[in-house]
Amino acid sequence: MEALRLSLRVSFWATLVTLPFGIFVAYALARWRFPGRQVLNGLVHLPLILPPVVTGYLLLLTFGLQGPLGKPLAGLGIVFAFRWTGAALAAGIMAFPLMVRAIRLSIEAVDPKLEQAGATLGASRLMVFATVTLPMIFPGVIAGAILAFAKAMGEFGATITFVSNIPGQTQTLPSAVYAFLQVPGGEAAATRLVIISIIIAMGALLLSEYVGRRVAERVAGS
Amino acid sequence: MSLSVRLKQQLPGIALDLDFDAPSGVTVLFGRSGSGKTTVVNAVAGLLRPEAGRVAVDDWVLFDTDRGEWLPPHRRRLGYIFQEGRLFPHLTVRQNLNYGRWFAPRGAQRENPDRVIEMLGIGHLLDRRPAMLSGGEKQRVAIGRALLASPRLILADEPLAALDDARKAEILPYFERLRDEVSVPILYVTHSAAEVARLATSVVALQEGRVLRHGPASEVLADPSVAPAGVRAVGALLKVRVAAHHKDGLSELEAGGARLFLPRISHRIGEELRIRIPAQEVILSNKQPEGLSALNVLSGQVEAIRAGEGPGAIVSVNTPAGVVLARVTRRSVAALGLEPGRPCYAVIKTVALAPQDVGGRVFAP
Repeated sequence: MEALRLSLRVSFWATLVTLPFGIFVAYALARWRFPGRQVLNGLVHLPLILPPVVTGYLLLLTFGLQGPLGKPLAGLGIVFAFRWTGAALAAGIMAFPLMVRAIRLSIEAVDPKLEQAGATLGASRLMVFATVTLPMIFPGVIAGAILAFAKAMGEFGATITFVSNIPGQTQTLPSAVYAFLQVPGGEAAATRLVIISIIIAMGALLLSEYVGRRVAERVAGS
Repeated sequence: MSLSVRLKQQLPGIALDLDFDAPSGVTVLFGRSGSGKTTVVNAVAGLLRPEAGRVAVDDWVLFDTDRGEWLPPHRRRLGYIFQEGRLFPHLTVRQNLNYGRWFAPRGAQRENPDRVIEMLGIGHLLDRRPAMLSGGEKQRVAIGRALLASPRLILADEPLAALDDARKAEILPYFERLRDEVSVPILYVTHSAAEVARLATSVVALQEGRVLRHGPASEVLADPSVAPAGVRAVGALLKVRVAAHHKDGLSELEAGGARLFLPRISHRIGEELRIRIPAQEVILSNKQPEGLSALNVLSGQVEAIRAGEGPGAIVSVNTPAGVVLARVTRRSVAALGLEPGRPCYAVIKTVALAPQDVGGRVFAP
């Protein structure tokens, strides 16, 4: 149960914190032409194609206590290594490509002509985004967030590599399942967690479909 | 207020290079598809950045490439009416109308929303979303949205092109009211001579990126040299007054003492109109015609004969009602012995005075 609570907390924060970045990167990839666009696209997708262990190890090197980012951040009181925040970071990075893909698709579906119309009516770029683009891509954002949440709930490889498997600290649901399977007689407990995982995953999927459909109806105005 | 435009831009296929002034009222950019009309409007709007040029409303500069000045579109105070309406689908009609008002500067002179809503007849649509509107209703809302943004310049890019004839007839009067009641310059793009005839204060005829002719609508439309912008466009504009409505379904118009008949129109007796008579609907005769089914015969003198490409020629005839143009063959010109100064008769088929060519109030020219 502790693992479940931790997993929910990790996934919630992972999704919430990465969402603004996800929308920004998706918008940049969908709308802007700039040098390095393909590089950015590749970087975003890297966690999807790299073995999760490699991503976790890279995070450990970068955000570990002696890492080039981990050290100065630790000086500010932000510590990722072997904390639940680290698990959230790993989950967020792993879920990021899925989130960006979903949001980018919905941005590409918005007719740039509507954004032009907003500009001619006096709205700055930021206001056009807030009043035209964002409301129209809302279903995609919700879908992307729920997808990212589900992915974060299931993240295992990068998490266990980066922040290990400390009960109450970094032991998320999948880590707990793995731990139970390592000890004799743990199958029953593992099965319980597996069932919980399935329920949460299915629930998230149904919720995202439902929300997406409702919002799409509202936006289409039918 | 007046708008001055100078532009240079290399487009695929054509080199845009033009320079014109648009006074208040409706200035129509007229020309075939691909003549660069939309490019001009989009450059004025700031939606595309031309290589060189300057656009200003009076002394307020929207951009000037020589001095490196460039206002982004949202600071140009525009009311842009697009061909496809481009209403925001996620907002209600009311919210769409208010959109431009949110961003208009506080000190801006504001149109009264109730007056605009009433003028456009969209009061019953305010709580609907654009998906629930007909094409004509959408375009009326788009006009209202542009007006309520307190624009200093109104742009319209073929706003009627996507509508069928009945819807066009529904929207055109609103543009006439716009022209007559709003003081800002209106730049209106079209390739329809009928819209030019009804709306234009002045016309800029474009051909392959260059200004072919620029002037009052009656002069430009009567000039055969605009033919490359669309041969069918050539025609005379006459100022007329509604004289009577007859029981047999005809209305009688009076122009300079001459009488013209056309199918019943809804305008009141005494109202002044302008009508367009396409040159290809006019037949010439050197004798007083007899035994013809056509009701409209104007007598006058040949003013000029301009031969175009191919076998055709445009003959302008000075009649009491004004100058009428006829598109005839060069062979007919020779057979009838037509020369400048010779008397002749212009026969206009009644049906040629189609109601969509009947304009509203006579404006500048």
